[in-house]
Amino acid sequence: MADQSKLGLRLEGLEICHGDRRLVALNHEIAPGEVLTLMGPSGVGKSTLLSAVIGTLSPEFRLLGEIFLNGQIITNLPPHQRNVGILFQETLLFPHMSVGANLAFGLASGGTRAERRERVNLALAKVGLEGFADRDPATLSGGQRARVALMRTLLAKPQALLLDEPFSGLDAALRTKIRKLVFEQARAQNLPVLMVTHDGEDAAAAGGEVITLGG
Amino acid sequence: MQTQHTFLPFLPALTLLALLGPVVGGLYGTLLPAFGHLPAAGLSGPSLDPFRGLLAWPGFLPSVRLSMVTGIGAAFLSLSVVALILAGWSGTRAFRWVERLLSPLLSVPHAAAAFGLAFLIAPSGWVVRLFSPWLTGWERPPDVLILQDPLGLSLIAGLVVKEVPFLLLMSISAMGQVGGAKQLAVAQSLGYGRVAGWLAVVFPAIYVRIRLPVLVVLAWSMSVVDVAVILGPSTPSTLSVQIVRWMSDPDLTFRLQAAAAALVQLGLVIVALLVWTAAEWSLVQLSKRYFHMGRRHARDRVLRGVGAGLAGTVSLALILGLLGLVLWSFAGFWSFPDLLPQQFTLRSWQRHSAGSFDALTETALIAGCVVTLGIVLTLGCLEAEERHNLRLTSKGMWLLYLPLLVPQTAFIPGLQTLLLNFGLETGRGAVILAHLVFVLPYLRLSLQDPWMQWDRRQAVSSAALGASPRRIFWRVRLPMLLAPILTAIAVGVAVSVGQYLPTLLIGGGRVETLTTEAVALASGGDRRAIGVFGLLQTAAALLPFAIALVVPAVIWRNRKGLRHG
Repeated sequence: MADQSKLGLRLEGLEICHGDRRLVALNHEIAPGEVLTLMGPSGVGKSTLLSAVIGTLSPEFRLLGEIFLNGQIITNLPPHQRNVGILFQETLLFPHMSVGANLAFGLASGGTRAERRERVNLALAKVGLEGFADRDPATLSGGQRARVALMRTLLAKPQALLLDEPFSGLDAALRTKIRKLVFEQARAQNLPVLMVTHDGEDAAAAGGEVITLGG
Repeated sequence: MQTQHTFLPFLPALTLLALLGPVVGGLYGTLLPAFGHLPAAGLSGPSLDPFRGLLAWPGFLPSVRLSMVTGIGAAFLSLSVVALILAGWSGTRAFRWVERLLSPLLSVPHAAAAFGLAFLIAPSGWVVRLFSPWLTGWERPPDVLILQDPLGLSLIAGLVVKEVPFLLLMSISAMGQVGGAKQLAVAQSLGYGRVAGWLAVVFPAIYVRIRLPVLVVLAWSMSVVDVAVILGPSTPSTLSVQIVRWMSDPDLTFRLQAAAAALVQLGLVIVALLVWTAAEWSLVQLSKRYFHMGRRHARDRVLRGVGAGLAGTVSLALILGLLGLVLWSFAGFWSFPDLLPQQFTLRSWQRHSAGSFDALTETALIAGCVVTLGIVLTLGCLEAEERHNLRLTSKGMWLLYLPLLVPQTAFIPGLQTLLLNFGLETGRGAVILAHLVFVLPYLRLSLQDPWMQWDRRQAVSSAALGASPRRIFWRVRLPMLLAPILTAIAVGVAVSVGQYLPTLLIGGGRVETLTTEAVALASGGDRRAIGVFGLLQTAAALLPFAIALVVPAVIWRNRKGLRHG
């Protein structure tokens, strides 16, 4: 088992360069259940940093330093072996799959067909979307889509959660609700969370440390 | 009223006529002789004799089977290769190289690509030479049937080599539209391997957008003539090749049988399209059940390797094939199993200088007229649609693709018969109109996206400065779209240069372009001559692409904002 002190997401001397230009430099540790918020103007490389952590950094960028997840170096692992979940502003539900199929796609493999359907329905019920399994994602409201995307990510049992301005598309009232839900779920599963946002309220609600990049 | 614009509203109608007129007319011209009506030969129908004759031909069933198997096989293989390449490699550094190679490889004419492949895989070709005699022990070319094998395997290979770049280009542009990279990142962050994740998440979205091009590839593979003449078997040949043979028979009654076969060819393509659609549907159902189980397929190194290998093989086949054409055209004595000729000489080029110059002039003249007409019609349509608020619906898309979906052998022979019946001239003018049918869709498809993506606020602010629509079109929009327009012209030229069947049949055998000359050399086996004509054909198709790259870069050398398009 990994040493307790090493649990969480650690960015050690992380730098992202584009040619000779250094975009981002970060040295930080996020403990399980905690949130680190990155703020800053657009174009400063916040989303690029997230893509480095999930492992989809575009080849024109160079990455220095190491990323540790629960004591393991994941810097050079392919994205699918990192156990890092991500939520985007455009929820990116797969448009050709039903809501239930989207969740089943996220759900870790194993179990019979019926058991899997049951677990999908449970997950939907957990966020107040009972009976939504057969719906077309395109017919959902913004808040409903955000909730489905959250459950899809969590069903894959990630060990860390990244948020790429996931609340920006929602109106003010909904925003507070969804934000609360996401942070509750992340805390309940003891996930380290790395959030990128424009919005000061998001940062305040997260309750964790805030780092402002660039500017 | 602005009198100078009154012709504009007629352009869409005129374009539609140029696009569909020959198809409809040609099908009509096929229908009559297929049922025994051919006044030019003194025959009047209706009768079923042409079909009886066709069924009595002993090669009928084998050639039908061959057309079906090679056509569906090539389309399926091409799509699979493209999916595997994109699933394993899209967005990576290696993939950028593939992307850069794509447009020039795509513009290599079919016939030249087929000849190049033939030079590679023939018993006396490079592949065998490379391993002889040290590995194979062969001191002379082995007596095995690789080219024109009865199963049509080399024909399938030739089709795949041409179709992969086309489908890849279409898919890459679709991938940009559907935001495929981000969707793939989501699937990967859920634990899916690249290949499985891409196939599950990105491919369905892309497939919807490339479906029509895929169906075009299917119809084309089943009915192509030039590639099948070069690489396909001859006893029996594919149905389309047989149709062309019957059409060129001096005995006019064979045209009836050709017309009957053309209708059968049309039927085969329709059946194949239905079978394909059914397969699509079953695959969707199967994949739904499959992905419900959440299997991650995290270990996909082998599949990715296969994808890379296939991408490499296809590009090597095209590039080495062209290199083979170059070497043969300059080869003096070249004995087996030497990898290179003993000496290089200009003799082949000198011997064919007169003939190839005439063919080159004819090719350039036809392509020039076709593309000039085509670009005027296409830009006119786009501008007319803009001013009258028309949009190309998905039904309109089908109309645009129709000339590419209906097999050439189903309506080009009928078009020739129709021209003869009306006592109209076959020849250069008619060939130009026939080429236009195939060039128009590609012009429109190349210009559609750049035209739509142009920032309309430029027009609004110009109008606010007092510019008329006409002035906006000529002084603002066209100059800004110079690069995509030149690229579209290059695509149009490449399409016209590559046309074989319309040139042969509608030209009445008297219009000799680089393509008809090159394909005619196929049966003779004079590799040096094939090298000369194949290369000239390739050059004629590639040069416009080079111009389309260089001209905007020179004209806009001080305009950084126009350098990306």
